[in-house]
This record gives sequence, structure tokens and C-alpha cells, in this order.
Amino acid sequence: MTSLQTYAWPATYGERAKPRKGFFTDTSICIGCKACEVACKEWNQIPMSIEGFSGKSYDNSLELDANRWRHVAFVEQKVPADAREGDSLVEVAARNGVIESGVQTYQEGDGVRWLMASDVCKHCTDAACLEVCPTGALFRTEFGTVVVQQDVCNGCGYCVSACPFGVIDQREGDGRVWKCTLCYDRLKDDKEPACAQACPTNSIQFGDVAELRERAEHRLAQLQQAGQDKAQLYLSDEDDGVHGAGAFFLLLDEPEVYGLPPDPVDTNHDLGEIWASAALAAVGLAAGLVAAAWGGRR
Amino acid sequence: MSSGNGASPEHITSYHGQPVLKEPVWSQEIPLYFYLGGVAGASGGLAYLSELRGNPELARRSYAVAMAALAVSPGLLISDLGRPERFLNMLRMFKVTSPMSVGSWILSGSGTATALAAANAWTGWLPGPARVARPAAALLGLPLSTYTAALIANTAVPVWHEARRLLPWVFGSGAALGAGAAAVMVTPPAEAAPARRLALGAAALEGPLMELMVHRLGRQGEPYKHGTPAVAANVSRAAIISGAALLFRHGETSRPAAIAAGGLLSLGALATRLSVFKAGFSSAADPKYVIRPQRLGITQGLRKGASRGDPRVGPPADLGSPATVR
Repeated sequence: MTSLQTYAWPATYGERAKPRKGFFTDTSICIGCKACEVACKEWNQIPMSIEGFSGKSYDNSLELDANRWRHVAFVEQKVPADAREGDSLVEVAARNGVIESGVQTYQEGDGVRWLMASDVCKHCTDAACLEVCPTGALFRTEFGTVVVQQDVCNGCGYCVSACPFGVIDQREGDGRVWKCTLCYDRLKDDKEPACAQACPTNSIQFGDVAELRERAEHRLAQLQQAGQDKAQLYLSDEDDGVHGAGAFFLLLDEPEVYGLPPDPVDTNHDLGEIWASAALAAVGLAAGLVAAAWGGRR
Repeated sequence: MSSGNGASPEHITSYHGQPVLKEPVWSQEIPLYFYLGGVAGASGGLAYLSELRGNPELARRSYAVAMAALAVSPGLLISDLGRPERFLNMLRMFKVTSPMSVGSWILSGSGTATALAAANAWTGWLPGPARVARPAAALLGLPLSTYTAALIANTAVPVWHEARRLLPWVFGSGAALGAGAAAVMVTPPAEAAPARRLALGAAALEGPLMELMVHRLGRQGEPYKHGTPAVAANVSRAAIISGAALLFRHGETSRPAAIAAGGLLSLGALATRLSVFKAGFSSAADPKYVIRPQRLGITQGLRKGASRGDPRVGPPADLGSPATVR
């Protein structure tokens, strides 16, 4: 339990603190149905976003933003069954006789793999958005999650630039910032978040973070044993740059393949250095002013 | 196509080239405020010190400059808010982890002190409170000049965050440059010697500080070499060099020359801020600036990263299908 502690949770809630809630998103069983995106939009009454054809695989929604709090990534990878480490696509094609036989339509077993992953706000243990928010609109709930109070936010936009995942964003025409609340309203009624409830394969698992992490370890072990040697848990440890997150992921490839930063860091870990530099420069400015005033004729 | 191998610095894997970070949502009011806040901050100090040195004319005019800059600044900041009518929420709390919160309080205090000091300098009103307000305006002007650098350094934007040590110095010298230039423009040359020294000294520092900052950023500093940040930096360099030369040669004898030189130096100070501001946008928009240094840190063994492939437990005897786990 102690490893899950954040700055404000559970300390400030005392007896009212609830177990820390989060998501374990097991991308290995995501089928890319986007039910989570739809359910999230429906439940949270998020304005529609006009989408065109992006040409980027089956993904036309592309990113998390003010009007999309779940986003399903689609990655197409050519992983031929006979590929050796470092083989180029040309080498593989030559070996497979593609040049002689021509390119065929996709057939089962051709060695193209799909990676699909439902992304969401991470509800970081060290949440930069919350820390830089000047109004206190962003706060840590009794569930250890990070939520924007829409009646307080004045749309300064600081959190947008502080988030190392590019999650939170300002809504056009509204001016305030919006992101996943981990369905704070549903949590208060002991319901699971809309995305988790809608997920048909249980790729999105909701629950107590402590329990989810344990479950994730077993799943990782299982996948590694099954030969998925790039399977990895993302944001499940306390010693990463955000001290772990409430929403963490099991990935089948490096994080950047899914659009996730491989080493996100809460900017406030450098706050001491930042303030010290600003203070030192202020002293430098004072010295310059004194020198200018006393450095010659008055 | 994603290869999954992000280890080489030349081959950065990304998700269809999509940005990792969101671009800042701040508009053009913000670099203008960075400039004016610096002008106000350093002018307060210049005014107070000129007063102590027995130059009331320069003091009065610098207080007026500070007051003018501070009168405009809140308007700029408020109009940049998504919900301007809620600007007072900025003073709802004091948070040291939010340089914007700290800055709001500095700006409020500095504005109050400077208004009192300026009113007293021009009318003689409220001599009692002004005795406290004058040094207060000078002192608060110092953090007012550099906190804006702390503000943008305390973000995930690589070109700002990685420059956190030098950025406040660039902004500090820019503040001195702006204040000196403004005072040179509004003060008769005979009374403006300290302002000229301030402007010339800062003009000599601003360019090299900026160069050093970009140099230290290494490949992370690339956004400064293209597009608006590069154009603004070139404008800044040209304006500062020509303004400083003009001020040095003719600033002491010719009022028009002093005004022209002050204008050029002000343009230089403003353009530097714009360059820094816009570089942040390029830096956030391109995933390679975010992913490359993070991946390099991991492959070089300097950082652990946020992923772990080794399970902490052995595989379970019977986990069942993940779809049945609740």
C-alpha cells in the first residue's frame, strides 16, 4: 500500500480515503473495437469531434485530447515468421520470393501483426498537471485519481504543457481543460468506469491499483513464457519518472511504438533546480542594476 | 512503419509520426508579457537605485515605465485565459510547485508597490506608504523578471525544460535590456547615463547567453535553427547589435538617436522572448525531440525508463483467460 501513496492521497483524506483506483490495460488482448472510446464519450457527454480519414492504419481519432479521453492505437508491424534480428524488409521479401511471385493479399499466417492499445490519462503518482495548476482546479480525489474541477478551472493552459504524456488539453470554444476523470461520478456510486465496463475482452481492467499490479505481474510472466519477449509493464513501478501511475499498461513492444514516451518525467522533480536558477538570475539582475547605477556618472 | 527498435538515435520510432506532447495553448500575448514583465521588473530596480544615487529624473521616468508595463500586463494575461472572467482564481491559493501561481502573487505585489511608488514619484502623494513601496517594487521586480523563465522551464517541453539553468539568465538580461532601452527612450540623454550602461551591458550579454543556452541544448536545441524561432533570433541579434552601436556612438549626445537605439534594443528584447516562446511549440510538436533523448538515456544506461520486461513473479499455474478475470 505504501508504495502507492501520492502527495495528497491518502494523507489528506484520513478516514475518508478509499483504496487507490486505476486501470490495468492489457493491450495483448485488445481487439481494437473502440467500444471504450464510444462508451467514454457517451457517459461523459463529450462533444463530438469531426474526424476525416487519417491514412494512419485504422486510427482516425489519433490522440487523446479534450474531447477524447480513451484512444485506441492501431499499429501494423511486419514480423515475418522467418525474420532474423536486423533483417530488412527487402531481405525478407527476397527470401520469401516476393520479387518473383509478386505481392499477395494478406493471408492468415503471413506474419503481419496488429498492436492495438487503449490509451488513457495515467493518473500519475506524481502528477505534473496537478502540481503546476495555479488555481487548484486539478486535485487528487479520495480514490487517488486526478480530476479537473470544471467550476474552478480558468483555462490558463499550464497543465497542457506540463503533462509528459500529452493527455490533458484545452477544449475549443469552452476554454477549460478536460481529461479522463476515471469516471469520478461512477466511482462515487461504486460503479466501474464506462470504458472498463464496455470493454468486451477485459483488456481494460478496473480495480484497486495494488491488486491490478499483482495481476499484471502474472500476466507478464505468462506472456514472457509464451515467447512474447518484448512484453513489458509500463508505469507499474514506483521508481520511474512519475513514481508509477494509477493507469498502467502491458505492452507488446516499446512504449514509443504506441505513442507513449519511454521515460516520462514529472517536471517538478527538477523544481528545486528551476527555482534556484531563477533566484540566482534575479540576484544577477540586481548586481547588474547596481553596477549600472554606480558604474559611472549618475 | 514502426520497427519497435528505438535504440538508434537516428531511427526514432513514433506512433505514425504523431506528437507525444500537446503544443502549448498560449497565444501571442504571452511572449509580449514575458517582455513587459521584464521591463517592469528591472525598471522598478533602476528607478529605486537612481533615486538613491540622486538622479530623480531617471527615477521618475523609470517608475512611469514600470507602471505602464504593469498596467498592460494583467490585461495580456487575462485575455490569454480560456475563461478570462475567472482570472481571480489565480489568487485562490499559493503553490510553490506552480511558478504561475507564485508569479501571480509576485505580479500582484509588484503592481501594487509600483503603483504607489510611481504615484508618489510624480505627485508626492502618500509619502509614508511610498517609503516602503519603493524598495518593495525594486525587490519584487527581480523575481518578476525571472519567474517567467521558471514557468516555462517547469513544463514537459524539452527545449524549455532542458534549458532550465540558463533560461532565467536569458530572461534576466532581457529584462535589463528592455528596462534600459525604455528608460533611454523616455529620459533626456544627460540624465540617462545609468540606463545607457544597463542597456549596453545587457545587450552585450543577451546574445551570448542565448547562444550558450542553445549550444548546451545540443540536438534538443534544433527548434531554434528553423522557422519562426530562427527568424526571431536573427531579428533579435540584428536589432540588438545595431541598437547597441547606435546608443554607444550617439546616445549621449542625440535624443533622436537615443530614441531610435532604445526602440531597436526593445525590439531585440521582445524578439528573443518570441524566439524562446516559439521554439517550445516546435519542440513539443515533433515526437523525435521527446522520444530521442528519453530512449538514448535508457540505452546508455543512465535512466531506467518507465517499462520493465522482467516479471516479479513466475508464471501462474492457472490464470485462466484474462477475459474471465474479475
